[in-house]
Amino acid sequence: MKRAVFKNRGLPYLLVLPQLAVTLVFFFWPAFESLRLSFFRTSPFGDKTFFVGLENFEKLLASPEYYQSIVNTFVFAFGVTALGVGLGLFVAALATQKVRGLAAYRTAVLWPYGIAPPIAGIIFLFIFHPSYGVLPYWLGFVTAYEFNWLLKGWVAMTLVIIATAWTHVGYNIAFFLAGLLAIPTSVLEAASVDGAGAIRRFKSIIFPLLSPITFYLVVVNLIFSFFGSFGVIHAVTQGGPGNATEIMVFKVYKDGFIGLNLGSSAAQSVLLMLVVIALTAIQFRFVEKKVTYS
Amino acid sequence: MKRWASVIAVVAAALLLGGPAESLAKTEIHFWHAMGGQLGETTNELVKQFNQSQAEYEVKALNKGTYPEVLTGAIAAYRQKNPPHIVQVFDVGTQTMLLSGAIYPISQLLKEQEIQVNWGDFIKPVTGYYSKDGNLYSMPFNSSSPILYYNKDAFTKAGLSPDKPPATWKEVGEASKKIIAAGAAKCGFTTSWPSWTMLENTFPWHDQPFSTNQNGYAGLDTKLLINGEFGVKHIGQLAAWQKEGVYSYGGRMGQPDPKFINGDCAMLIQSSAVIGGFKKSLKFAWGTGQLPHWGAPYKKQNAVVGGATLWVMKGQKPADYKGVARFMKFIAEPHQQMWWHVTTGYLPITQTAIKNLEAGYHFKKNPEQATALGQLSAKPTANSLGHRLGNFVQIREAIESEMENIFAGKKTAKEGLDAAVAKGNEILKEFAAANKQ
Repeated sequence: MKRAVFKNRGLPYLLVLPQLAVTLVFFFWPAFESLRLSFFRTSPFGDKTFFVGLENFEKLLASPEYYQSIVNTFVFAFGVTALGVGLGLFVAALATQKVRGLAAYRTAVLWPYGIAPPIAGIIFLFIFHPSYGVLPYWLGFVTAYEFNWLLKGWVAMTLVIIATAWTHVGYNIAFFLAGLLAIPTSVLEAASVDGAGAIRRFKSIIFPLLSPITFYLVVVNLIFSFFGSFGVIHAVTQGGPGNATEIMVFKVYKDGFIGLNLGSSAAQSVLLMLVVIALTAIQFRFVEKKVTYS
Repeated sequence: MKRWASVIAVVAAALLLGGPAESLAKTEIHFWHAMGGQLGETTNELVKQFNQSQAEYEVKALNKGTYPEVLTGAIAAYRQKNPPHIVQVFDVGTQTMLLSGAIYPISQLLKEQEIQVNWGDFIKPVTGYYSKDGNLYSMPFNSSSPILYYNKDAFTKAGLSPDKPPATWKEVGEASKKIIAAGAAKCGFTTSWPSWTMLENTFPWHDQPFSTNQNGYAGLDTKLLINGEFGVKHIGQLAAWQKEGVYSYGGRMGQPDPKFINGDCAMLIQSSAVIGGFKKSLKFAWGTGQLPHWGAPYKKQNAVVGGATLWVMKGQKPADYKGVARFMKFIAEPHQQMWWHVTTGYLPITQTAIKNLEAGYHFKKNPEQATALGQLSAKPTANSLGHRLGNFVQIREAIESEMENIFAGKKTAKEGLDAAVAKGNEILKEFAAANKQ
């Protein structure tokens, strides 16, 4: 690694100061504020606050609904990541084929990423809603199956996973595409000459060379599913039916902003933060060992 | 900062346009509401009429999203010391507002501003809901109650009288089965706002207590009572009908409406507030009936008002409140009351407005507009005055998710309602603890 050398000892600190300031103001301060709030019970208008110690946490850990939201979150996050990353790799591989109009295809596959999650949610609603969706309407002609995810939890979960993966797949494709294009063709040609088929080439050459990107995308997709997937859930299921699609970040919103129970909401966001930190640490500790960087 | 920017903007605009000097002097009154679509347009029209009726104040109406979003937004603004003068809060937010310490009770405001409004003219089910110790706390604005809408074409096709909506739940079940058998619709009925229509109104309608402490009016240590015999019978029947296809659960809030609009379900139980929209959009003959009843041994009581009221928030410049009071008086006047009712389907809530409407044969010509009002005519009992529960939004949420578990067949009516009560009581306890004096 190349080291930058500064003559003035203060200059490097001055240069990182803006970044540090942004991090402090927008990340550490709110995080600290959540932590502080999580020890209080606050009336909705904030006029009365009582210190309650760990009561908010105790209540959460005694609530079956909270555990369900944790399970939901993991099902959702791994579902979105598997689908989003898998599909991203598949489409990116297709988009490296030599076909006419390639540039147009490549642009088109990136489009979904440009659609804000709430909008994507609304689009999915118009397609899949049991009362006014297009798909259930057509399904009604060919089958008696009632596509009512307003009552079937697992259908609702599948739907929000697909919708969320769809919004994020463009991002994954962009990264995989860049990775695939960076693989020298000479290596692949040499392998072909040696008699390696498409699957063998993928397993032995392409996938290992893509592993840093795959690892990065898995981490980012998981974090995104934990934190950034709020828009789709909010637009499509609102956490229902029952609590079947209530993931942790949605529960934070629901209890805090709809239920106006700020203490519990803050406690939940602290726990959510811990879960994500732990998960990311585990990935870097164990999964990263299998990644080849060069 | 913001104030300077607006001063500069106003001065610049005045210089450019050479506008009349009094436009500078107009005091702005901020009014946040949750009225979208057609209701939003009607609200804007009402505000425009007020602004044109006088020269000193300019009410600025702003749609801030759904009811919960408006409430959350107003709370955040209050905590940042810049609340809107007026905020529209839905019925279930009443207890939260009452105990907030952030509001200026409407009766006190008008008294202090020496503006006369005859509160006695307002109908009791409305003023009773929003009064505390005999004083009205918020200005009744859009009040509604859930009624039965039915598709007359489907009724005719099934050989049922199109002029006789089912009055009892038994009749709803029978009519539904006939309609499905005749192929007139895919399902008998669906329900919007499930907790509000099927529990919060169905309990008072049968004079059954929804919660202890006279539905929360008499104290904070309230507990839900919906898992008793009546609740289990009612919700259990809905679950059985869901299984048979007679009832079709269509989601929360107004989500089930399209099932009725597109003809899939022959009946819908929904707020009277959608009448205005239905008049424009429905492509078939339709009518309304009262909320179905179980009949004897239950007494027929009254439904409770839903909708929202306008709350005046503390924390703005004292001089502004004169304008707020004048706006409140403006919307309380019979002319505005009648116009609002006729355009939207919300209830006319003053005796004078109702009398004037009757004198003009309005209800004879528009019988659907009389249905909701008829449900409120009985003198409210302790069970039917309304609901005053803290964190009601969250409680409704808990109830509706358990209703979904019941209708999905995951839990029996008893199990689901027990769980809803347990969750609801926990939420009530939390509210009482956060609001102890």
